Amino acid sequence: MGELVVDKHVKYILSVEKRKDSFESVVLEHLRMNGAYWGLATLDLLGKLDALDSNEVIEWIMKCQHESGGFAGNIGHDPHMLYTLSAVQVLALFDKLNVLDADKVANYISGLQNEDGSFSGDEWGEVDSRFSYLAICCLSILHRLDKINMEKAVNYIASCKNVDGGFGCTPGGESHAGQIFCCVGALAITGSLHHVDKDLLGWWLCERQVKSGGLNGRPEKLPDVCYSWWVLSSLIMIDRVHWINKDKLVKFILNCQDTENGGISDRPEDAVDVYHTYFGVAGLSLLEYPGLKAIDPAHALPVDVVNRIFFQK
Amino acid sequence: MHGRPRKAPKPEDLAASTAKAEKLRILQSQFLLNHHQKIYTKEALELSSKLLEINPECYTAWNYRKHAVQHSLFESNLDPDSVNSILDQELRVVENALRQNFKSYGAWYHRKWVLNKGHSSTENELRLLDKLQNVDPRNFHAWNYRRFVAALLNRSDEDELNHTQDFIDKNFSNYSAWHNRSVLVSNLMKKKVQAFSRKDEVLIREYELVREAVFTDEDDQSGWFYHLWLLDQTVKAESPLLASSWPAHGSEITLSGDRYLDLGSSSPFNTYQFDSGSLPLILYFNQAVEGVNASTVTVSSGLNVNMDVIWKPILSNNSKTTQVWVGQLKFPDVELDSLGAYTMEVTLGHSQGIISSSGFHYSHPSHFSFTVHVQPAKTEPVEGLGSEKISWRDENFHIYESDSLESNSVLPLDRLSIKNEREPTDSSWQAKIIDEEISNFRELLDCKIGKLTLARLLTARDALMSSDKPVHSEEVLRLYSELMKLDPPHSRFYKDEHSLVLLEKVISGRESFLSYCFRYRNLTSSSSSNPIYLRLNGLSLSRLGSFEKLLWVQMLDLSHNELQSIEGLEAMQLLSHLNLSKNKFGSFTSLEPLRHLKSMKVLDLSYNEIGSHSIDTTRYLCSSPLCHSVGSEWDGSEIVTDGVSLVSYWEAFFILRGLKLTQIDIAGNAIADEKFTAFLAKVLPALKWLDGVQLN
Repeated sequence: MGELVVDKHVKYILSVEKRKDSFESVVLEHLRMNGAYWGLATLDLLGKLDALDSNEVIEWIMKCQHESGGFAGNIGHDPHMLYTLSAVQVLALFDKLNVLDADKVANYISGLQNEDGSFSGDEWGEVDSRFSYLAICCLSILHRLDKINMEKAVNYIASCKNVDGGFGCTPGGESHAGQIFCCVGALAITGSLHHVDKDLLGWWLCERQVKSGGLNGRPEKLPDVCYSWWVLSSLIMIDRVHWINKDKLVKFILNCQDTENGGISDRPEDAVDVYHTYFGVAGLSLLEYPGLKAIDPAHALPVDVVNRIFFQK
Repeated sequence: MHGRPRKAPKPEDLAASTAKAEKLRILQSQFLLNHHQKIYTKEALELSSKLLEINPECYTAWNYRKHAVQHSLFESNLDPDSVNSILDQELRVVENALRQNFKSYGAWYHRKWVLNKGHSSTENELRLLDKLQNVDPRNFHAWNYRRFVAALLNRSDEDELNHTQDFIDKNFSNYSAWHNRSVLVSNLMKKKVQAFSRKDEVLIREYELVREAVFTDEDDQSGWFYHLWLLDQTVKAESPLLASSWPAHGSEITLSGDRYLDLGSSSPFNTYQFDSGSLPLILYFNQAVEGVNASTVTVSSGLNVNMDVIWKPILSNNSKTTQVWVGQLKFPDVELDSLGAYTMEVTLGHSQGIISSSGFHYSHPSHFSFTVHVQPAKTEPVEGLGSEKISWRDENFHIYESDSLESNSVLPLDRLSIKNEREPTDSSWQAKIIDEEISNFRELLDCKIGKLTLARLLTARDALMSSDKPVHSEEVLRLYSELMKLDPPHSRFYKDEHSLVLLEKVISGRESFLSYCFRYRNLTSSSSSNPIYLRLNGLSLSRLGSFEKLLWVQMLDLSHNELQSIEGLEAMQLLSHLNLSKNKFGSFTSLEPLRHLKSMKVLDLSYNEIGSHSIDTTRYLCSSPLCHSVGSEWDGSEIVTDGVSLVSYWEAFFILRGLKLTQIDIAGNAIADEKFTAFLAKVLPALKWLDGVQLN
């Protein structure tokens, strides 16, 4: 199995930025803000955030902000809640939230809340419980949750709950581990986990662990390293993580490493990317793998960053 | 990158990739230019559709096309033919994009957006979906879109159920179809549509269908959760009900002037230290409710027809509903030195107002009563517990010898549950359905889902019975033990279930129950200040339950178990002594229920794992600024002494402040260094004993 090849992963993340000429990196240009969050959060969990020039990153982030207050996935693209949270999270990593006009960002987000409590992802009106999480997490980090109707927001998320205990994109949508993370995370941040049937959801989530030790995102699907985050963090927030076998999952994640060139893939022997590298490392952090910083399961930032935000005003 | 093999690219592939990348890069920058300059010419539109064909995830391009559609619709003066051709064009672009990436959120939403513009070709949508769902019957985007189109077309739930049935008939291993079925059947039952008006008939049909799936391939999970939902539908009481209360129905309370209460003076089970001048009244419901107040719950006595009781919910976090409500019964009219007996009558459900979190009303009137005797004051005040150090060592306890004079009715367990007339009984349709399922699943005992389902069915069957004692617990415990061996990765799930059944078994039944009841040292039973210690130590419990039967407990020993959580313990409002030593508690946040136990005096947390874990699994189940359930009163500088920053101990601070502990044991935890014990002494001003040492 081997160990976590920390130095190689750091090298891999730093190199991704430089490999701009591959087709894959051009295809993903519009979500570079997410990529920045995945890469930088990984570096921080590995204790290597200082390997990068933060000023350069922050300057670029601020160039992605629009007049509305929202952030785009990259310079020239349109603002969206998906990238607004990533931008705020990266600034939080660097302890540079003060460069933001927090009210302006909060106004952008609160302006996207709909009458029924749900959130649109941007001005075009797509509604999804993922956006409820993005809004709530972002406002929580900015200490601006009072800007939205929290009761309605929580009730909308509760209306996405299914008879299997999980949550879907909209009321009636099928349960999916990523969606469950969003809904459970939003309920956690708003002190509303009483809306979750912890035993029912806990059983559904723990049955995501397949024979190889990896986790899948829905019944009868293949395991994937990214669910080490979506499923694990949800299990932790509802205090049911002991219902899976942690050692087998650690093994599965470590087996997905590219031990030569760094990076982590979805399954063993597949091509690596930043997304799976982050979710693999974050998963290991949730599994208390030695040498990694602890990560907060709801705000998806290192615990020391979250504690700095909430307990050192 | 999902599912792409990891291999070093060949030089020719690398070159091709670079060329492709260059082409896409040019396309993207041209597109962005058009977007910023609001150019919506035919060429510009074509360029964007070409881009989306290669990269359907480029959300800004979808936004651009929406701008363009709005622009063209405006230009067209809403001429129906041009409107349709503009929208048709969009649907074609989406179809091409979906062919490239079936999972593109942006493409699916663009299609919805176009249809919401009033495009009339919705019948085509069903045909397209049929095509796509044949290729990937589990695609959740397509299922979501199907529900969207069905609503747009006003298709009936019955029609959609038939469509979903086709998927299951083709291949039962389709969780998405079972999910959709659960949504549709729920709706149809709620609306009581014909053929769905009788719940029992629906459930029998559905059990049969899902059983076929589970029995066909016992390792396939597609039907597992559906079956569990059916079981829940079979036994769940929709309306909230009172499960138990303290004082219990029929109990006798003696109220003495020295502020001690003897409940049934011959029984030590109900001795209650009457510190506050009022008698607590605890209501425990079968589900979380709101709306318990003086108008929904009537408390009356011979003296006073409607006593004024202020009811408080025991709430966690930002919840508005709870299973536990506490009222304080004051006796303003009672002269404590006058003799008398008053029967207290408690009635609830007579008027609407008590509502469950899912919106159901408490609709069956319930009633219980108990008697309060008022006796003249004793001259000598009895010395209460708490002034001396409590030691939990075995030799300090002797087993409680049940007094032969003591009638059965004195034991709390015999008068715990409130009988509700409309609860299911042995002969109900619920019992019949479950019996049928039990006999079916006895045929599937060589696999995990067979054993687990049988264990759940037997537990549900026991809960339906009118007797308090579960009859299937031995068999259920055996099934969970077998599951732990059969499915080791989930062994702690089965272990938790095992614990719940074990605890229920241990405290049900007179003989078993009495063997866990102890008294402290040699104090004689005549002393009313020596109540029963319930000692559930060393049972290897990993989880607690059955709280409705434990409301009377004041002294509880749970040491030497495998507990990591005390979820639900807040119901035991009378608890004053609690031993949690030698368990697996990993953090103070896991002790959240303690915040609600205001009578708590003596607490033993020694030899746990507090401070040993980097990840806290109850971080968000505990009220704190992190989950915005503790308001603005938080001030980081509140207690900072001797260089101890509160930031490192916020969990302990939020749990312990407000408690009037006189004794605490914390040794044997990683957190328990000198700094921490100094902090404890600061945050607990009433503390007299810390880790066995008397404080000044």
